[in-house]
Amino acid sequence: MKAFRTHTGLVAPLDQSNIDTDQIIPKQFLKRIERTGFGEFLFYDWRRGADDKPDRDFVLNQPRYKRASVLVTGRNFGCGSSREHAPWALADYGFCAIIAASFADIFANNCIKNGIVPVVLPEAEVQELIKRAKELPGYSVTVDLESRTVKDDGGFSASFPFDDFHRYCLLEGLDDIALSLQQEAAITAYESRRPQWRMTHQASFQK
Amino acid sequence: MPHPRTLFEKLWDDHVVCEPAGTPALLYIDLHLVHEVTSPQAFDGLRAAGRGVRRPDLTVATADHNVPTTDRSLPISDAIAAKQIEALRRNCREFGIKFYDIHSAEQGIVHVIGPELGLTQPGMTIVCGDSHTSTHGAFGALAFGIGTSEVEHVLATQCLQQMRPRTMQIRARGSLPAGVGAKDLALGIIGQIGTDGATGHVIEYAGEAVQTLSMEGRMTLCNMSIEAGARAGMIAPDDVTFAYLKGRRFAPHNTDDHAAWDEAVAYWRTLAGDREAKFDQVVEIDAGALAPSVTWGTSPGQVVPVTGHVPDPAKAATEADRRAAEQALKYMNLAPGTRVEDISISRVFIGSCTNARIEDLQAAARIVKGYKINQTVHAMVVPGSQAVKRQAEAEGLDRIFRDAGFEWREAGCSMCLGMNPDILQPGERCASTSNRNFEGRQGRGGRTHLVSPMMAAAAAIAGHFIDIRDWDYR
Repeated sequence: MKAFRTHTGLVAPLDQSNIDTDQIIPKQFLKRIERTGFGEFLFYDWRRGADDKPDRDFVLNQPRYKRASVLVTGRNFGCGSSREHAPWALADYGFCAIIAASFADIFANNCIKNGIVPVVLPEAEVQELIKRAKELPGYSVTVDLESRTVKDDGGFSASFPFDDFHRYCLLEGLDDIALSLQQEAAITAYESRRPQWRMTHQASFQK
Repeated sequence: MPHPRTLFEKLWDDHVVCEPAGTPALLYIDLHLVHEVTSPQAFDGLRAAGRGVRRPDLTVATADHNVPTTDRSLPISDAIAAKQIEALRRNCREFGIKFYDIHSAEQGIVHVIGPELGLTQPGMTIVCGDSHTSTHGAFGALAFGIGTSEVEHVLATQCLQQMRPRTMQIRARGSLPAGVGAKDLALGIIGQIGTDGATGHVIEYAGEAVQTLSMEGRMTLCNMSIEAGARAGMIAPDDVTFAYLKGRRFAPHNTDDHAAWDEAVAYWRTLAGDREAKFDQVVEIDAGALAPSVTWGTSPGQVVPVTGHVPDPAKAATEADRRAAEQALKYMNLAPGTRVEDISISRVFIGSCTNARIEDLQAAARIVKGYKINQTVHAMVVPGSQAVKRQAEAEGLDRIFRDAGFEWREAGCSMCLGMNPDILQPGERCASTSNRNFEGRQGRGGRTHLVSPMMAAAAAIAGHFIDIRDWDYR
C-alpha cells in the first residue's frame, strides 16, 4: 500500500452527486491487464463532447485545474461497479485525496488500497470548498491524515472521521496481505473447524 | 438466554477467524468467484510478491464480462478481450483453479453459474471482484463485491479484513400484485430509499412478498442491493432454498456413511434471524401498492410506475436532486410530464445477472408467444449461462423468441455493461432487464430504461412501454 501522511494540492470542484464508477472509468478501458496507464481515460466520456473533441467546459479540461490533486465532489461518489480501475485512474491522473459528503463502500475501500484518502465532510463544508475552488484561482487545501483535518490558507479548517486501523495502514504504507498472513495459525485453526460438508470445488460428495 | 442475532450476525460470528486488538475482523471466505476483468492485476500481485493461492479448491473462475455472445466457434475478434481471457486461462492453470472456459458447458455469468452448480449455499461467505456478488445473498449467504486488491488478498489468505457493517431490515408488506415481480420490488425499494439509502449496511429482506418469491426472484432482488448502496443483501434460507439446492452438483449429498445433506440442512435451518434480533435500521415497503416499474433517468432510483409520467425536476425534494434530474432528462432526451407509455424504444436487451435465469426467459416468452417484435425494434435475448440456454432450448423458448424476431445469443454479461461488441449506438433508447441505467453504461450516448423481463418483452412488441397487466396473451 502506498503511504499517505499529508498532502497539499490544487482543488478541482466536480459539483455533482452520485457519480458512478462507469463515469470515472468507462468500460472500454477495463480490458487492460495492467494496473497502470488509466489516467488518460479518467472521466473519458465527460472530457469529450458528442463530436469527440475535448469539452472545454468540463472541469478537468479547464487550464486552471490542470494539475489538480484534490477532488471535491457530491455525495455517494464512486457508486456502482466495484472496478478498482476507478481509483487506479484517479491516482494515475494525479489525485491523492477526494472530498465528499459520502462515498460508496467498495469504492472508498479501493481508494485506501491505492493510497487515495477518501475524506468525508458534512455537506455544508463540501459546498464551501466547492465554492472556494470555483471562485479562488489556484485554490489549494492540505489534507492531513495524521491530524485528520482539511485546511486552507483562508481560514477553512475541518476535521474528518477516519478509522484508526486504516489511518495507521495508510500512514505506514502497510502491506495488508502480509498483515493477514501473520494470522496464519488462526486461519489454519479456523479451517480445521469448518464443517466437512462445506463446499469445495473438488467436492467429495460429487455424484 | 443467548443474545438474539440477525441472519447477518450469525454468519459474521461464524466466519471471524480472529480480531486482533485495533484491527478489523479477519473474515474467512468460503467461496471466491473470479472473472477475467478484475483478476489479472491480482494474479500479477501474487507473482510479484512470491505468494500462492491458499485455497484453489474454494476458488472458481469463468469468463463472462467481455465474451462475445455470437458464434463461439469463431475466434474472438476483439484482440484485447481475447488477451484478458487468455490471461485468466493461464492464471488458473498456473495456480490450479477450476476455470469454466468459454467453450465449457458450465460457462455463464458468474452470478448465474454459482447458484445453478450448487456452489452457492446458505451460511457461506462469498466474494467476487464484481459488485453484483450480492446476488448470492438470496441463499442466506453473506456475499459482497470487492476490488482487485481484495481479490489478491483473498487469493493469498482466503480471508478479508472487514469492518463490521451496520444492519438494515427491509420488510415488504402485502403481496406483489399480478404482473409485478422481484425486479419491480427491487426498483421500488431503490426508488424509496435512494441509491445510497443502504450505504454501509447489509440488508436483510423479509416479509410475505419476499418469502413467496422463487429462488430466482430472490436472486433478482438481492442482485440489486448494491444499487441501493448496500454492502450485501440477504434472505433467510427456507424450504424454497433447500428444494432449489437439493441434487445440484456441488451441494452436499447424503452417502451411505455420511448424511451430509441432512447435516447441512439442519445447520441451515438455524440461520434465520432470531425473532427478537435488532437491526440498526428498519424500512417498510408496501409491496401490494407496487406496479410494473420503468426508470426514466440515469440512476436506478429515478423510477416510476409504467402508468406514470416523467417527473418535473422543479418538483424535486432537494436542489441536488433537481440538478441530477435535469441532467438525467437532458441525457435521456425526455421532457417532464411525458407519459411513460408514450416513450418509444428501438432496442431491447433481455439478459444480465439480474434477469437472465430460466424463469426470466420463461416469463418473457409467455408475453412474446404468437407475436412479432415491432419493426422499429432490434431485440436480443442473452441467456445467463449455457445451462440456462440449453434448458430454454429444450423448452422451445428460443423458437418463440426467434419467431418473434429476437436474436438468440450465447451466455455472458453482454449489453448490461457493453464490454463486448453488444452496445447501444449514440441516441438509441433501450428497454433493458439489466441493473444500471448510468450514462453510457450500455454504450456511449445510449439511453437505458430498466424494466422487468416481461416489460422488456412487451416493449419489444409494442415499440414503446406498455402495461403488461393489460397484456393479451396468445
